[in-house]
Amino acid sequence: MQTERAASIRADELGFRVEAKALLERVRLHADQGQLVGLIGPNGAGKSTLLRAIAGVLRPQEGAVWLEGEALDSMPAKEVAARMALVPQVAPATHGFTARELVLMGRYPHLGRFEIEGAADEAIAREAMELTETEAFAERTLDTLSGGERQRVFVSRALAQQPRVLLLDEPTANLDVLHKLRVLDLVRRLVDEGLTAVAAIHDLGMAARYCDRLVLLSGGRVLAEGTPEGVLVPDIIESAFGVKSAVYRDPATGSLAISLIEPADNGRAYAPPVSVNGRNGHGADRHVPGEPVETRRRSG
Amino acid sequence: MREAARPLSVRSFRQSGVSARLAVGGVLLGGLVLLTSLISLSLGPVDIPVEHVAAIVLSFVGLDVAEVGRTEQLVIEQIRLPRILVGAFVGMALAVAGATMQGLFRNPMADPGIIGVSAGGALGAVISIATGLTGLFFLALPSFAFVGAVAATFLVYGIAAVGGHFSMATLLLAGVAVNAFLGAVISAIIILLPDNEALREILFWLAGGLDSRAWEHVHISAPLIVGATVVILLRARDLNLLMLGDDEAQALGVRVGVTRVVLLAAAALATGAAVAVSGTIAFVGLVTPHILRLVLGPDHRVLIPLSAIAGAVFVVAADTFARTIIQPAEFRVGVLTAFVGAPFFVLLLIRNKRQAHAL
Repeated sequence: MQTERAASIRADELGFRVEAKALLERVRLHADQGQLVGLIGPNGAGKSTLLRAIAGVLRPQEGAVWLEGEALDSMPAKEVAARMALVPQVAPATHGFTARELVLMGRYPHLGRFEIEGAADEAIAREAMELTETEAFAERTLDTLSGGERQRVFVSRALAQQPRVLLLDEPTANLDVLHKLRVLDLVRRLVDEGLTAVAAIHDLGMAARYCDRLVLLSGGRVLAEGTPEGVLVPDIIESAFGVKSAVYRDPATGSLAISLIEPADNGRAYAPPVSVNGRNGHGADRHVPGEPVETRRRSG
Repeated sequence: MREAARPLSVRSFRQSGVSARLAVGGVLLGGLVLLTSLISLSLGPVDIPVEHVAAIVLSFVGLDVAEVGRTEQLVIEQIRLPRILVGAFVGMALAVAGATMQGLFRNPMADPGIIGVSAGGALGAVISIATGLTGLFFLALPSFAFVGAVAATFLVYGIAAVGGHFSMATLLLAGVAVNAFLGAVISAIIILLPDNEALREILFWLAGGLDSRAWEHVHISAPLIVGATVVILLRARDLNLLMLGDDEAQALGVRVGVTRVVLLAAAALATGAAVAVSGTIAFVGLVTPHILRLVLGPDHRVLIPLSAIAGAVFVVAADTFARTIIQPAEFRVGVLTAFVGAPFFVLLLIRNKRQAHAL
């Protein structure tokens, strides 16, 4: 289905490899204006890599990213930053900057080279901090804050950028349950007001509840894509995560809930997956659980 | 409560806006640099009263306020003023380069010497002395020192950028390796040198000093140092973002690769120009931005310009001590800055560690 105007963000056939290892393979993703797209997948599936590629921080070897119809790599970095903000997964060391100073950095893409933040910028930063309830520790340096508080400060900075596209890499990873809900509610509200957001979210239930669409990554490829109801089905969850699950509608919230029951190979001998190109000498076949492991000795 | 008043005022200064911190800091440090220079101009083998100094300085800008002796005028004009100006520019260069390196390396322990620039400059100077070129023309030593400083920086940068992928950690380690290697070459030259006179000259130069600096030295160093400082100032905001990490900076609109090369090159040029006229003066680049950061915070738009002024104050004051404490002989300013700077720095480290634990 072709939409009339260009998607806010579109990634086309992205390929990124480090030496021989493919971290992204022919990945496609699009988010229209006013959509929250959730990236889900197991550890190492390529969620952060994909977000970094979309943010323009990492240059994929194949494919292209389009921001509001323009090719990302033909746009000046500052122009990109004025339209699109990234909330990083690991809040970097902050070297004595206060929370307020860090949030004000979100205004840099909007300032001329000789310009210093003015009253309007201060107001925008203050508002962004009120939204994440971080104004109480505005004057504290970031190294004195807890991981969750710091994460909310970084969300504030992204909001102070006044982006039209917001990328979030596990924005709720360090947050307590209350702030997890507050931050996701906030993102949802901004998306309903017209923001476009792509968020890597670890918690499948939260992803189902807040996102319009989900993209499930596994091994650097898109395994499934669509509505939460379409993507979060036990078979797909098992093939991506290796976990048996039950999916049902939560009577309290009305959204999908996923009960993770047990690892799919539970009760059988643990066998590490054999690498695909068979470098360890066992061929490309997956080791069949239950079969004797003696084969390893024979070659030695 | 009375005890809380002082830290509170420092804290509220830290929290004031960029322009407020710049204005207050600029006025205070600007006043200090003028005061230090006036005192320095009046002190020396010929004591010149401060009023006379002021009158002479004012006469440079066309204001004749008082009659002053010809000798006093010459001493100031030809000896003390150029020396103070060289000192001020050297201090400015080292402090600005230090602040820049500390930002780029995301490490408050970095200084201009870290990327080999001082060792490269020293080797260049040592070669020009050992080969006797210094006796042939005046510019030999400064130009050799300058070329050595900049070449060493590019060598270190080249190692860190090998294979097209730049790494800050490799830059740091390459700096250590190149510094060690250049140090060994200098030692080898010193050991093999038959000429005692040249040897003395080398050791003298390695200690870093401002004796008999003249207007030529101002003319060859000032434009490079001021130019490099302006380039760094224009990128001070980008440096704030680079401190958070490459990804962060890129996502906030900084062209990371270009910005880093420009900042490194400017810091190397400034340091190279300073080393070329004064030898290696220790600790100014490390201590000055470090202390200012404690009071002003890490924002480079405040830190860089005020480091420039504070570095000038530091070197001019240290040089004034160096040339007056054991008159008529002279102490080397490079030795003095290390004497004062190193213990002071250790005190600072201990104090900071206590504070960190108290939090």
